[in-house]
Amino acid sequence: MHELPPTLATAEKVGVPVIEVSHVSTRFGQAVVHRDVSLTVLRGEVFAIAGGNGCGKSTLLREIIGLLTPTTGTIHLLGTDSRELTQSNGRPLHRRFGVMFQHGALFSSMTLAENVAVPLREHTSMSADVIRDIAALKIALVGLPPDSAIKFPSELSGGMRRRAALARAIVMDPELLFLDEPTAGLDPMIAAGFDDLVLNLKRLLGLTVVMVTHDLDSLWRIATRVAVLGDGQVMGVGTMEELARSEEPAVRSYFHGPRGRAASLTHAGTASQRD
Amino acid sequence: MANHIHPAGVTLVEGRTLRCRGAWTMSDVAPVDHALKGMAWPARSALVFDTSGIEAFDTGGAVVLFRALMEAKRRGCEVSIEGLRSDYAQLMSLVSSNWDAIVAEVAPRPNGGERLKTAISTHLARMIQGMEFLGESTTALVRLVAAPRRMRWRSCLNSLRLDGVNALPITGLLTFLIGVVIAYQGAEQLRKFGTNIFIVDLVGISLLREIAPLIAAILIAGRSGSAYAAQIGTMKVTEELDALQTFGLSPIELLVLPRVLALVVALPLLTAYADVLGVFGGMLIASNQLNVSFTAFLSRFDEAVALRHLLIGLGKAPFFAVIIALVGCYQGFQIRGGVDDVGRHTTISVVQSIFLVIIFDAICSILLNWWNL
Repeated sequence: MHELPPTLATAEKVGVPVIEVSHVSTRFGQAVVHRDVSLTVLRGEVFAIAGGNGCGKSTLLREIIGLLTPTTGTIHLLGTDSRELTQSNGRPLHRRFGVMFQHGALFSSMTLAENVAVPLREHTSMSADVIRDIAALKIALVGLPPDSAIKFPSELSGGMRRRAALARAIVMDPELLFLDEPTAGLDPMIAAGFDDLVLNLKRLLGLTVVMVTHDLDSLWRIATRVAVLGDGQVMGVGTMEELARSEEPAVRSYFHGPRGRAASLTHAGTASQRD
Repeated sequence: MANHIHPAGVTLVEGRTLRCRGAWTMSDVAPVDHALKGMAWPARSALVFDTSGIEAFDTGGAVVLFRALMEAKRRGCEVSIEGLRSDYAQLMSLVSSNWDAIVAEVAPRPNGGERLKTAISTHLARMIQGMEFLGESTTALVRLVAAPRRMRWRSCLNSLRLDGVNALPITGLLTFLIGVVIAYQGAEQLRKFGTNIFIVDLVGISLLREIAPLIAAILIAGRSGSAYAAQIGTMKVTEELDALQTFGLSPIELLVLPRVLALVVALPLLTAYADVLGVFGGMLIASNQLNVSFTAFLSRFDEAVALRHLLIGLGKAPFFAVIIALVGCYQGFQIRGGVDDVGRHTTISVVQSIFLVIIFDAICSILLNWWNL
């Protein structure tokens, strides 16, 4: 008899907070990155963190996944203080989330299949052929052809590498998926395909997705809620429609720049396709 | 979340029903997989997978279950699933719809003859590339001689400082110690024959002619050749070399020639410096162990060590310098793709330049022996 493992069986409770960031401040020496940032991410949503360059989006993401520790304030990830992630008892928590880094961060000395299989080999005792099949399934799910499995990261194109990194992030069927700038540097067609892929995987695997992005198109297309960071603070949180109506000057300037307007016109009628 | 779940398990009941139960998740399903592998499958009968006992399920469990289904089918059973929850069934359909991709035969990486063929062709291609690089560097040098004002003196002097002046302490210390070692080893033998004074010949000729130039070259290969490969390689990875070319600047003229020239100047000077310190080290041991005083040592040095030994040693140094600088820069240009390549080619540059330096030295020895020098 043991505690219910973190699987799809638990993923049904939509709307429960899975990440709670409370009163986080971050300073690097003299530079203040965050001042009293508080956010809550609910189960089952696609939560986006947006904001200009250098506003501390990626830093916040790194704090949530335990790579950095905030100067003050606490972050709870799936009910556990994220500071525990750095300790050895953080292991079970590590299986419950997957991270896709901006440049893929694939291990260059391993083939794609080996890269995807790393968490399986380290965290489970399954036999090699089952691991191979699970890795191949995840590679297929992200839309990569089977023969890419034996390729090394240096032999893959940028878009393929992004997909490979996503396959590795979801290989353990995590409850939480973190994406750091998933569509940066991809062409519009591939970026749109990537958005669809994320939505699709979210539906299939019951994921909660947290992503850091600049991409206004993907904010409109897949984000359930968006937090806009600026000047080290949360400028606004809400759905894209709410933020687009916001009177807050910083939020307005972000969403009503020339590109923001174009993206909102394109997506005004289609926002309802999000689930 | 107070639900408690049983460990994953599977039992074959009466050869007709396969009862699955417990947590079929990645972290817990391994025992099931092992049990299934060792199971006595019923042959050619109807087999029912009773999955109503499965309490947790993820893609790992789905893959294991689907593999079991396929295995039963392969053995001629007629399989059916009972009692699978609808959300678990979705996962099963996810696996079954991707099954073709999962079991797709992936052409293995080529092996044997095929690999040998590609290895030979890549080595040939590399040799040709090396020749091309040598040719390009030579033509760039010729162009530069025609218009010396285009030489990047600033970068050349910077290289001279980094690779020459800054290398003085380590080169000096090492050759001093080598001189000490040679004298020590020789002292033992010479004392037996009472021919103490020949320590001068031993230390003088071996250091001046062979050892000091070689030690200096090997040190510089490790110190500067690797740095050249890493610097140029990093510039290549960050597309700085491409940026230079779009300005109409030649990377060879800008990066390679100043380094080659700096090393051609620096290495003979370092060798001369190494000669002095090496001989000094030998002198110390001679006076200490063999009662050969400094004055006796130096007066014997004059008659025993012909000038040609010094000149041969110093004469080889510029060639060593060209080899080291060109190999380092060439390996830098060879870097493709990622950062991991930088490390690999840096190592290759050191190994190759030391290899070529020693080969060149051996050829010199043979030729000079023929000419009785």
